Amino acid sequence: MVRGVHDRGGLRTDEPIDRSEHALEDWEVLTDALAGALARRGLVNVDELRRGIESIPPAEYERASYYERWLLSIETILSEKGVLAAGELDRRAAG
Amino acid sequence: MTYRVGEPVAVAGRAHSGHHRTPSYIKGKTGRIERVHALFRNPETRAYGDDGLPEVPLYLVSFARSELWPDARDVAEHRVFVDVFEHWLEDAK
Repeated sequence: MVRGVHDRGGLRTDEPIDRSEHALEDWEVLTDALAGALARRGLVNVDELRRGIESIPPAEYERASYYERWLLSIETILSEKGVLAAGELDRRAAG
Repeated sequence: MTYRVGEPVAVAGRAHSGHHRTPSYIKGKTGRIERVHALFRNPETRAYGDDGLPEVPLYLVSFARSELWPDARDVAEHRVFVDVFEHWLEDAK
């Protein structure tokens, strides 16, 4: 059965589980707020957010942190809907 | 609502490449209805821009640890609880 990169519940591992906590960075708090605001505006619902996360290529999924995956998904969904133009975020980030 | 609390149910073993909320580790396994949650919009269509209607019943289903991981001998028996939509459930044989 094909198993998505996110579908890992119950998989065996010999690696220790990292249970350490960390304080959230400002950008992580803002990312959570952004997802909430987009949901309230009806632009990205939670199922779309999850689908966008699950469609991240496996190597990138493994590299990305939790909220990095949210950001990648939000960019994917907003691009699909034409809210963001192709390359718009990169251009803005470059200043 | 097709199933009632206490009924045994089997989870469909089918592959599904799109977004769905049924984890692989319960596919093809048999469990028991613990709670009938309510009707919810279908995440499998709502994840692709659809409105997710019609709403579908969601259940809380429990599984014996030994049903899910029969080879894990180093852990005690316990039950695992998973929310499962009705269209992933079948009558237990």
